[in-house]
Amino acid sequence: MTTLVENNYDLAEAIDNIVNKYEAKPTALIMILQDVQKHYRYLPLDALRLVAKKMDLPLAQIFGVATFYRSFSLKPKGKNHICVCTGTACHVRQASVIVDRLETSLGIKIGQTSLDNEFSLETVNCLGACALGPLVTANEAYHGNMTVTKVDRMVDALKGRESDVETDEEEES
Amino acid sequence: MTAQRLASAAELEKLREKLVRQRQEEKTIITVCAGTGCLACGCEAVSAAFHDALAKSRLDRDVELKITGCHGFCERGPLIVIHPQGIFYQRVKPADAAIIVDQTIKAEQLVNRLLYRDPLTKQTIVHEKDIPFYRKQMRLIFSKNGFMDPTSINDYIALGGYTALVKALKMKPEEIVQEVVASGLRGRGGGGYPTGKKWISCRKAKGTPKYVICNADEGDPGAFMDRSLLEGNPHSVIEGMIIGAYAIGSNDGFVYVRNEYPLAVKNLTIAIQAAREYGLLGKNLLGSGFSFDVDVSRGGGAFVCGESTALMASLEGKIGEPRAKYIHTVEAGLWDKPSNLNNVETWANVPVIIELGAANYAKIGTAGSKGTKVFALTGKVNNTGLVEVPMGITLREILYDIGGGVRGHKRFKAVQTGGPSGGTLIVETSEPKIHDSLVAHGDIREDENVVSLLDLPVDFDELSRAGSMMGSGGMIVMDEDSCMVDVAKYFLTFLQEESCGKCLPCREGIRTMLGILTGICEGRGMMEDIALLEELGQVLIDTSLCQLGGSAPNPILSTIRYFRQEYIAHIVDKRCPAGVCKALVSHAISEKCTGCHACSKPCPTNAIAGVSKMLHYIIQDKCIQCGACYQICKYNAIVRVKRGEGEAVQKRAAQVWQPKAKRDPVAVG
Repeated sequence: MTTLVENNYDLAEAIDNIVNKYEAKPTALIMILQDVQKHYRYLPLDALRLVAKKMDLPLAQIFGVATFYRSFSLKPKGKNHICVCTGTACHVRQASVIVDRLETSLGIKIGQTSLDNEFSLETVNCLGACALGPLVTANEAYHGNMTVTKVDRMVDALKGRESDVETDEEEES
Repeated sequence: MTAQRLASAAELEKLREKLVRQRQEEKTIITVCAGTGCLACGCEAVSAAFHDALAKSRLDRDVELKITGCHGFCERGPLIVIHPQGIFYQRVKPADAAIIVDQTIKAEQLVNRLLYRDPLTKQTIVHEKDIPFYRKQMRLIFSKNGFMDPTSINDYIALGGYTALVKALKMKPEEIVQEVVASGLRGRGGGGYPTGKKWISCRKAKGTPKYVICNADEGDPGAFMDRSLLEGNPHSVIEGMIIGAYAIGSNDGFVYVRNEYPLAVKNLTIAIQAAREYGLLGKNLLGSGFSFDVDVSRGGGAFVCGESTALMASLEGKIGEPRAKYIHTVEAGLWDKPSNLNNVETWANVPVIIELGAANYAKIGTAGSKGTKVFALTGKVNNTGLVEVPMGITLREILYDIGGGVRGHKRFKAVQTGGPSGGTLIVETSEPKIHDSLVAHGDIREDENVVSLLDLPVDFDELSRAGSMMGSGGMIVMDEDSCMVDVAKYFLTFLQEESCGKCLPCREGIRTMLGILTGICEGRGMMEDIALLEELGQVLIDTSLCQLGGSAPNPILSTIRYFRQEYIAHIVDKRCPAGVCKALVSHAISEKCTGCHACSKPCPTNAIAGVSKMLHYIIQDKCIQCGACYQICKYNAIVRVKRGEGEAVQKRAAQVWQPKAKRDPVAVG
């Protein structure tokens, strides 16, 4: 698999690589956008324009796909990405209490990114680790059987080790 | 690995013989479960610790460490099973690895504290197969999971994998279709449409090329059997697809899998690559002259893409909107070509049918539903996990014998099956209140059905007769703390977000119903709302374009049917009996308070007053009903009462409260 994590790739080159990987097949559009998102942590408008040009598809179609599917974001996400599972099993185990707690302690609502770009908060329908509910992932690490105290501890830890997180994240373009 | 293309069935058999011989020579195998559930509990660190411990003891040549797919008993993860004895260790920590290697592997002694202890009999159980959770299960499609490394095609072949393919390639395609028809297999994705019938239509359909598609867009919250199958045994799905393609006359296959399942995508991709290298995918499979290949396509996280026409639109790289099915997808599906779409679990059943023979397979299950079904048992149940049971088993057996009953000695209230769109609830109708309500509204006759629905045999037809449905297999257990109006609201919120917006009944209907339900939950409900919800629900069922809208009212209609009194409590009394709906509850501290002060710290609004070792109280005006204190309190001292009654509870508590020197915490969980 081609890696695109190096910092100094310019946008066009990165997009070229991603699109070429899937041979610019229109069927691969969703996967291409996923890879673009993985690279930039969101879908920048310029990137969408380049994808459209490269794939010879109308920008409207690409924009349609990018806004239809839940996993795409047109807004940049924070350095720390916190995701609360609100699947049914987590819901009956009071995931809403956890959501409230995170909203108050981070000062942002679900779907938002904090002003300093440090945190973004989201919910996900089900992560399928229902035995651990209520479940929260922070930068893809699982935190199971969450309680308000554990949430506070998790957020504190994230605030404390921002520098560690940054090192393995790629740069924003 | 030097993979050599297998030119014929005979070469595959030769390879298998060699692999089986190799496996027999190996003495001990330690398997570490690495399904997503166990991964989330940190099984990676455990397997690394085992690796080190074995290397340190110089046992790494004699003992094989195998990272397997999901064993199903997620509640007890990380799980370790030591073969050939079948010793089962649960909740293993990295530090335990060295102890297990020293005691169990070297000295052949058991580590008692890591064994499973039956919560009822208090007996420790050594072997995996004796644990009640596994004893009542019938593992057909999950049979290989615990014994193989999902990334190793050799493991799958050694365990008898691809024998069904060899057998199938010797049969005529029509014979295979007939076998599947005779087996009575029905689609495991939710609808329960006979698989054989679908295959016949697609085989007969005019047009080339034909496509076979595997639906792995498992969007139902609380269902994860498809993921575990793809993660733990991707080859069984691939094998099923090859057989299906051969029977239908297709050369191209797609697996549409959720992007939220990275491990499933990874293992599936590895498996496809390995199968290609062995010549089990590609041109001229095993010298049979038949060619077939599979591509993986990752979904974008839209629930509606679980619907067949929406999925195909998404596969084409478009917006995943469904279309009306005047023309079935078996005739004009993907790129308007005949397309046969089956769910992951359905495909995994195909090799089992071919291997056992349709007649033997059809012996399992009930008259209308054959084989086994995998359920994801979750929610307020003691043993969360994946269970594979023969059709026809009773709910009681699943819940109590396998699931170990409801958590924390709470009262069982309902089971929700089939996810948000299949969503329906099954309850203890023998309970007088519920029974009376059902009689009063004409759902049952007075003399009818005093038998608990818990004794209902679980199969497609019985469940629909009881007003429920099989769905994809999520089974969420709810206890007395779950508010049924809130649950209905939860599902509608989910469906409103996921509705694609193409047809009006679904787009506007769900929104309107959610508005009414939110009103009820916030104390603005009127009695007419119930009838309105029922009427709107019927409109959605009758007029929606696809099954997302058509089944969206199920959670509401079924909760109204079984829990009408709960709706009435919300509407008339402005009270939430389960204490979930925030607008209708007040939190208060009862005389059970020990003055431990634990609740005051997590309170975000500093609403809890009181000093250590004295009775605490909640300043009602400051409280935002977030429930943080309720979750923290170990003494069940925080109570949820009707809005406005908190002060009275606390006044009474102040009168009767006595300081106590020592009080044991109430067992929680």
